[in-house]
Amino acid sequence: MDVLRRNNVVVTGSETGPVVLLAHGFGCDQNLWRRVLPDLAERCRVVLFDHTGCGRSDVSAWSPERYGTLDGYAGDVLEICRELDLRDVVLVGHSVSAMIAVLAANEEPERFSQLVLLTPSPCYVDDGDYHGGFSREDVDELLVALESNYLGWSSTMAPLIVDNPDRPELADELKNSFCRTDPAIARVFARATFLSDNREDLRKVTVPTLVIQCAVDAIAPPEVGLYTHEQIPGSKLVTLNAIGHCPQLSAPEMTAEAILEFVNGR
Amino acid sequence: MKWPDGAAFAALLEDSAEDLYDNAPCGYVSYLLDGTIAKINATLLSWLGHDRDDLVGRRRFSDLLTVGGRMYYETHFAPLLQMQGELGGVALEMKAANGTRLPVLLTSTVKRGPGGEAQLIRTTVFDARDRRAYEEELLRARQQAERERDRAQQLARTLQQTLLPPALPDVRGVEVEAYYHPASLDQVGGDFYDLFPLAGDTWGFFLGDVSGKGVDAAVVTSLTRYTLRAAAINDPEPVSVLKHLNTVLTRAKPRLCTVIYGTIRPTADGATITLATGGHTPPVLIGADGVAELVRMPGGQLVGVLPDARFVTAEVLLGPGDALLFYTDGLTEARVGDGRYSEEALRDHLGGLAPATAESVIAAVTLLLTDLGDGVEDDTALLALSVQPPGATSPVS
Repeated sequence: MDVLRRNNVVVTGSETGPVVLLAHGFGCDQNLWRRVLPDLAERCRVVLFDHTGCGRSDVSAWSPERYGTLDGYAGDVLEICRELDLRDVVLVGHSVSAMIAVLAANEEPERFSQLVLLTPSPCYVDDGDYHGGFSREDVDELLVALESNYLGWSSTMAPLIVDNPDRPELADELKNSFCRTDPAIARVFARATFLSDNREDLRKVTVPTLVIQCAVDAIAPPEVGLYTHEQIPGSKLVTLNAIGHCPQLSAPEMTAEAILEFVNGR
Repeated sequence: MKWPDGAAFAALLEDSAEDLYDNAPCGYVSYLLDGTIAKINATLLSWLGHDRDDLVGRRRFSDLLTVGGRMYYETHFAPLLQMQGELGGVALEMKAANGTRLPVLLTSTVKRGPGGEAQLIRTTVFDARDRRAYEEELLRARQQAERERDRAQQLARTLQQTLLPPALPDVRGVEVEAYYHPASLDQVGGDFYDLFPLAGDTWGFFLGDVSGKGVDAAVVTSLTRYTLRAAAINDPEPVSVLKHLNTVLTRAKPRLCTVIYGTIRPTADGATITLATGGHTPPVLIGADGVAELVRMPGGQLVGVLPDARFVTAEVLLGPGDALLFYTDGLTEARVGDGRYSEEALRDHLGGLAPATAESVIAAVTLLLTDLGDGVEDDTALLALSVQPPGATSPVS
């Protein structure tokens, strides 16, 4: 198994800076980091990858069994770290990857120096006093929306694009060619993302952690970010004056600055 | 229709840009980068049953979507729009003031200022009720087809299992190993094998291939397997077992079948294998000395065609460190480049394994099947026998 090929791992940036591993969330691929990449790459060794099943990963390595839970994705993160022999890693996880990062760091805490959880939610579905923001029916509605949108996915074009990374014009033939995902894979990832409950895992985190949230976020509202911060012992919380679930796109300077400040302060 | 004259035509076209915007046959909505609605046309307001004053400056665009639609919007639509500057043909549902849902297609562009900075998002909304109803039909049909396919594969798997022994029995002094390689998940193949105890210190076994695939082939495979087992109990002599099978098959639905049948009788330091074949591919004998050869038995005729078909026999003495592999032609007929893999290529491939065990032979051929990949177009059944080389420790069973 070629882990680096499976997850389309890209290593870039400063040769000598601290290692920052960026894990993208549900709905896209490593392209989502491109607006924060210049700032981070100037000071850090940046490692980017696509989750198995997303972007330019090796889709043949995907299976609904392994990737039906977040543990499968966390396993991939650890395999990438081992393959590149990464140590003292600053692991940045966006959205669902914030919880994937928590799982990976709880499994091998000695490998990570810091965790950055960007717009995290340990549990999206409401449960008693806990307010995650969504109901089970809402998640089903999302699955329907996924089924009705192919967004740049075509079963005939996809293998061509993946097998010919040196011919980007193939990808340009499809609109919305960023963040392509096979709808069948997206469905399994969506279920793993929105139906997981990782609240119990937060208390077990021993790696120094920064929680970054947005002032307005329809997916991970501020009270969920606050909950995450309160549950992780010794964590810091930064609330960006930004809107949306992807501050690395909507407010890239602020996001990069918050990450770098935390990395430098260690 | 009569073309209107000048004055009437001008009156017809009098509608202002504002009128065209407000009463267009599609919805228009513009919103700030934080989603706050800045402008919305009358068409969309009437579809949704909202007042302009309740929305403009007060609500965000994603507030007009269903909750699931909003999740999709935030995780897919918004990031893509920010990266690409435009996005088309996204299917979502909007929620009207009275709670009803309106399936729509959205197309958005980002309006940029003189410096290229994003200022506003312009979105066109098309009513997609008919399209959505049709898509739901297609989706239902696809889900139905997927369920049917799963069921067909499950049936094929179950049927295939009934045609093969669940486990091979222990044979005194001889190691045995088998493997079945299905070429397709959807269809039952026509290959089969079995190994079973006979009276005294003798075991019977067979391996063969019924022409064709699917249910028809499975019926003949099943008939063949039970006929062989019953005939072997009656008279285990290999040629008479094949003659018995031939009689049954020629009287039943005629179908070609190649089969090799044999008995195993353990000796002091190995086993005597007595074989009879009807047109089957020659087994490979891998000697302890590293010499591999094809055990050819010329003259044997296909089973199930001629009422008095001729079958030929051979006897192989399996000594310490020797191994014998039976296989079906799915393996040797596999496509390799423009040609086919062959019996000779298989023989040469296995020579290097000596002293071979049944387990090492099956492992080597399984790997070979993986390497041949898509070139293997037909099912392949494998059965290997071996005698331990002197000095080897018994495998723990």
